[in-house]
Amino acid sequence: MLLIDKLSVQLDSFALEDISLRVAQDDYLALLGVSGSGKTVLLEVLAGLVKPAKGKILFNGSDLTCEKIQKRPVGLVYQDLSLFPHLNVFKNIAYPLRKKGLTFQQVHERVTSLAAQTGADHLLDRYPGTLSGGEAQRVALARTLAADPDILLLDEPLSNLDVQLKSGLRSVLRNIHKSGKAIIHVTHDFMEAATLASKVAIIENGRLIQFGTPEEVFRHPKTEFVARFSGIKNLFPCKVNPVSGSPGLYSGRVNDQLEILYLGKDGETTGYLMIPQEDILISEELIESSAVNRLQGMIREIYLSGSGMEVVVDAGAEFVVSVSRRSHDTMHLKPGKKVWLTFKASAVRFIEG
Amino acid sequence: MLQNWKTGLVFLFLSGLILLFIVAPLAGMFLKTSGVQYLDTLADVEVRRSIRLTLFSSLAGVMVFGLAAIPLAYVLARKDFPGKGLVNGLVDLPVVIPHSAAGIAILGVVSRGTLIGQAGDVAGIQFVGGIAGIVIAMAFVSIPFLINAARDGFESVPEKLEKAALNLGASPWRVFFTVSLPLAKRQVLTGLTMMWARGLSEFGAVVIIAYHPMVTPVLIWERFTSFGLSYARPVAAVFVLVCLIIFVAMRLLAKQRIHKRH
Repeated sequence: MLLIDKLSVQLDSFALEDISLRVAQDDYLALLGVSGSGKTVLLEVLAGLVKPAKGKILFNGSDLTCEKIQKRPVGLVYQDLSLFPHLNVFKNIAYPLRKKGLTFQQVHERVTSLAAQTGADHLLDRYPGTLSGGEAQRVALARTLAADPDILLLDEPLSNLDVQLKSGLRSVLRNIHKSGKAIIHVTHDFMEAATLASKVAIIENGRLIQFGTPEEVFRHPKTEFVARFSGIKNLFPCKVNPVSGSPGLYSGRVNDQLEILYLGKDGETTGYLMIPQEDILISEELIESSAVNRLQGMIREIYLSGSGMEVVVDAGAEFVVSVSRRSHDTMHLKPGKKVWLTFKASAVRFIEG
Repeated sequence: MLQNWKTGLVFLFLSGLILLFIVAPLAGMFLKTSGVQYLDTLADVEVRRSIRLTLFSSLAGVMVFGLAAIPLAYVLARKDFPGKGLVNGLVDLPVVIPHSAAGIAILGVVSRGTLIGQAGDVAGIQFVGGIAGIVIAMAFVSIPFLINAARDGFESVPEKLEKAALNLGASPWRVFFTVSLPLAKRQVLTGLTMMWARGLSEFGAVVIIAYHPMVTPVLIWERFTSFGLSYARPVAAVFVLVCLIIFVAMRLLAKQRIHKRH
C-alpha cells in the first residue's frame, strides 16, 4: 500500500499542493491531467528525483519521503524512456540485474523472460538508437521490470504510438498489472485511463481534483474541468430556479432561453448541467414518455464515432447525441432535419461552478 | 550561403590560406630533411632517449593528474556552487599565463627549500632536474585541455540517464562508471589525448624545472642554439612524425569503437 499524505512540492515556476492518495498493491491508478498540471512531477517525487516541501510518502508503513532514489520500491519509465544509448537492448534490460549477484546464466534467463513478457525478445542485440517508439517502449518496460519494483511509474507510456502499437502495449500493461505490480500511469488521455485503470486521479494546476474509480469519476465528475476532461460533451452553464409545486425538481436556464429540468438540491444557484449523450433519445416525432425534458431542434452535423454516429442538434444549445448506424439510416438523419430530443430529469447532473 | 559562388570562392580561398599556413612550415621541415638525416637521427641515442622520456613524462602526467581531473570535470559539469565561475577561470589559468612564468611558479613550489621539495627529498623523488619535475611541469600546462573537454563531455550526458540508472537501483559510483563516463568517453579521450599532446610539446615550463634529463623540445632548442638549424631540424621532424603516428592511431582506434555502436 502506497500512501501519499498531504504532499506539496515547490519548484521554480510550479507547485504541487496538498496531494493525498492511497494506492493499493492491486491498483492500476491513472493520473490524469492536461500538460503542465503536475502529473510527471508527482511521479518524480515518488521516485525520489524531486524533493517534496511538505507531506509524507509511506509504503507498507515505511517512510519513503527522504529515502535514496536507488532504495525505493518504485520503477520509473520516463516519457522519453531514457534507454542507455551505449548499451544494447540485452545490456539495458540486464542493467538492474548486475547488482543482484546473479550468475551470467541467471541474468540471461531473466532478461530473456522479461523481453518475452514485453514483446522485446527479438530486439536483444539491437542498440536503442535503432529502435522504433513502440520497440523502445517495450525495452524500457522490461528494463524497469528487471529491477523488480513493487510499483511501476509510467509517464505517458502510450503517447507517440500509433493505434495498433497502443493496443499491443495496453495488453502488455494489463499483464504486468495482473502479475502483481501496482501501476501509476500518467496520461492526458481519458480513454486510456478508462480502458486500463482501476482508479483515476485527476490533477489540475498542481491540485488533486477528484479521485475514485473510473466509473465514479467519469459518471459523476465533481467539477466542470473533470467533466470536460473526461470527454462529456453536453455540459451547459446554467442558472438554477426551483420548480414550484414539484419538490426536488429544479430548472436550469441555459443560454437564457432553454429550460432543462433536473433533480437537484437546495442552495444550487449557478453551475453546469451535464447530460450523458447516451441518455438522450432522438426521434423524428415527439414520443410520449415519462421524460420531462422534451426539446425540438435541428441537426447541425453528423459524424462517425467509433462503431456508431454522433449527431449534433441545435435545440437552443448544441446537444451531442449518440445513435447507432442502423438508427441513423432508419430515421434518415441528415443536417437540417428537425428532430426531438427527450431525456429524464434524473439523467441530468448538476455540477457546481 | 555557400551556394552563392562568389561567397563560396572567398571562403574557399581563405580556408585554403589557413590550411597552407598550418601545413607549409611542417611540410617544409619534413621535405628539407633527407632520408639519411632521418636515419641518423633515429639512430642517435640521445634523441631516442629524449623522445622516450618526453612520451613517458607526458603520459605519466596524464595518468597521475588526469585521475583527479576527471572527477573535477564531472563536478563542474553537474554541480552549481558559489564561486563556480572562479573555479572555471582557475582551470584555464595555466593556458593563459606564459609558460616560462608557469615554470617559475612550479619551481617556487617544488624547489629544495619548499615543503614539497623537502618531502620529495625524503622520499627520494627529485623534482628540480628530475623526471618528477618534468611530469609536474607538463601536467600543469596541459591539464586545462582535459578538464575542459571532459566537462563538456559530462555536460552532454543527459542527467535523466543518470537518474534512470539510480532508479534502477545502481549506486552513484556504478552510475558514474557505467553511464556518465562511458557516455562522455569520446570527449574524455579527446581531452586525455590533447593533454598528452600538449604535455609533449611543452618547453617553457620544463626547461626551467629540468634542463636535464633532456626532453625532446629542450633537445631541439639545445641543438639549434649550439649547432644551428640543420642539426635541430631532423630531431624536430622525427619527433613530430612520432607524435603524428601515435595520435592518428589513437583517433582511428576511438573512431572504430564508436562506429560499432551505430
